[in-house]
Amino acid sequence: MATRIGGDVLALPTRPRLAGRAAVGGKTEGEGPLGGLFDAIFPEADMGTDSWEKAETQLQQEAIRRAMERAGCEPAQVQLLFGGDLINQCTATSFALRAFGIPLAGLYSACATFALGIGMAALSLDGGGFERVMAAGSSHFCSAEKQFRFPLEYGGMPTPTAQRTATAASAIVLEGGGAQNNRGVCVEQIIFGRVNDLGVADPNEMGAAMAPAAADTILRFLRDTGTEPSALDCILTGDLGQIGSQLLLELARSEGGFELRGVHRDGGMLLYDTARQNAGVGGSGIGCSAAVLCADILPRLERGEWKRVLYVGTGALLSAISPLQAESIPAIAHGVVFAANQDS
Amino acid sequence: MKTTKTQYKGMVRKASPHSPRLQHWLASFTVGGAICAFAEGLRQVLLHFGRGQEEIRIIVPVTLIVLTAICTALGIFDKLAAKAGAGTGVPITGFANAVVSSAMEHRSEGFILGVGANLFRLAGPVLVYGSAVSTLYGIIYYFFLR
Repeated sequence: MATRIGGDVLALPTRPRLAGRAAVGGKTEGEGPLGGLFDAIFPEADMGTDSWEKAETQLQQEAIRRAMERAGCEPAQVQLLFGGDLINQCTATSFALRAFGIPLAGLYSACATFALGIGMAALSLDGGGFERVMAAGSSHFCSAEKQFRFPLEYGGMPTPTAQRTATAASAIVLEGGGAQNNRGVCVEQIIFGRVNDLGVADPNEMGAAMAPAAADTILRFLRDTGTEPSALDCILTGDLGQIGSQLLLELARSEGGFELRGVHRDGGMLLYDTARQNAGVGGSGIGCSAAVLCADILPRLERGEWKRVLYVGTGALLSAISPLQAESIPAIAHGVVFAANQDS
Repeated sequence: MKTTKTQYKGMVRKASPHSPRLQHWLASFTVGGAICAFAEGLRQVLLHFGRGQEEIRIIVPVTLIVLTAICTALGIFDKLAAKAGAGTGVPITGFANAVVSSAMEHRSEGFILGVGANLFRLAGPVLVYGSAVSTLYGIIYYFFLR
């Protein structure tokens, strides 16, 4: 059973184990610095379907299927999947799950959905009722543009603070069953995010809108657990981009006296080469940090290159209409600590 | 958080890059100017071949609209517009692109509630306020300027 450390961190003594993971992406993601690390790259944005929404559903199915393959399990052996996406009513996820018959707990926490899903999955395993659960998430550049911004072929000039929604999906399989089985990589601690809003109202300033939420979750984690940033191999934030990352470092210094430079990395800045690719100040979307985690970060833990990573998914909780109604953008950040077991 | 909204606003402003305005102005001027020069060239050619003013006023904009529609459908227009900004947005090309791109985007939802209902999603405000201002001008003209 989970125990609470400090105020908000949950430690999971049964250490749910990572049994499988997969990351799939689109053309631009494949051309990025992590392109070679993806399980599959799909160059056609429509995935051979007739809508962007269907394409995202397929993308998520591919990720779920490949994660199960790596875990060596069948859909019938997965007892619950926590998943979500950015499309209205999370249809990419619900529709993707038609193919598997796995019980679904649909989630929405914007781009922090994958981190929330992992936290919920680990918690449900730690509670003892399940043996094998999954987390999945996706985003698609075209479906996100259509819903939140403009038609794909509409001609406009991007603002200098804009980010690119990643076309990517990821899934992981977690297994419980007692600490004795837990070799490899496990989920050690989780911390759920609070809704933070420091008044950023421009939907083209997502990084700035989310940085306070990331700082809040990271600082609460460090304080509650008495961890020094240097004790972690990496603090991976979801999709703050260049501007949000800089603001996070400033907030960590001014709010908590912590220096995160050196240990902090950002999914949005790792996924694309912003100088070469048309990606603004970095990537965004659920698929962005989910793909960086599953393609790059978790494999480092599996290889034993790293021992302990805090993954902080960051989400901007706006809708397509809330900025038009002059609402500022609240944000949330959920944290998960992945650790490589000593005996692995 | 100790940081106030006002303090954070300052931090965000400091961290955010500014638009390279001079570069944008030059690009808008060059591309927008080229589009207008092309239209004027077309007008001169039509005049040369003895077409009437009334006819030319229809042929020139329609040519620009058709060319924009083709470029939008081929996926060229948005790439040019990302560099040219107002240069492609202000002439009639911007309006045509807004209509065609909306139609393409909502094709998957059918012809009535997809294409039909969303055709003027972006261009609608131009029609609404364009008509409103024209009406206002008409009234002013009728009573005071005639």
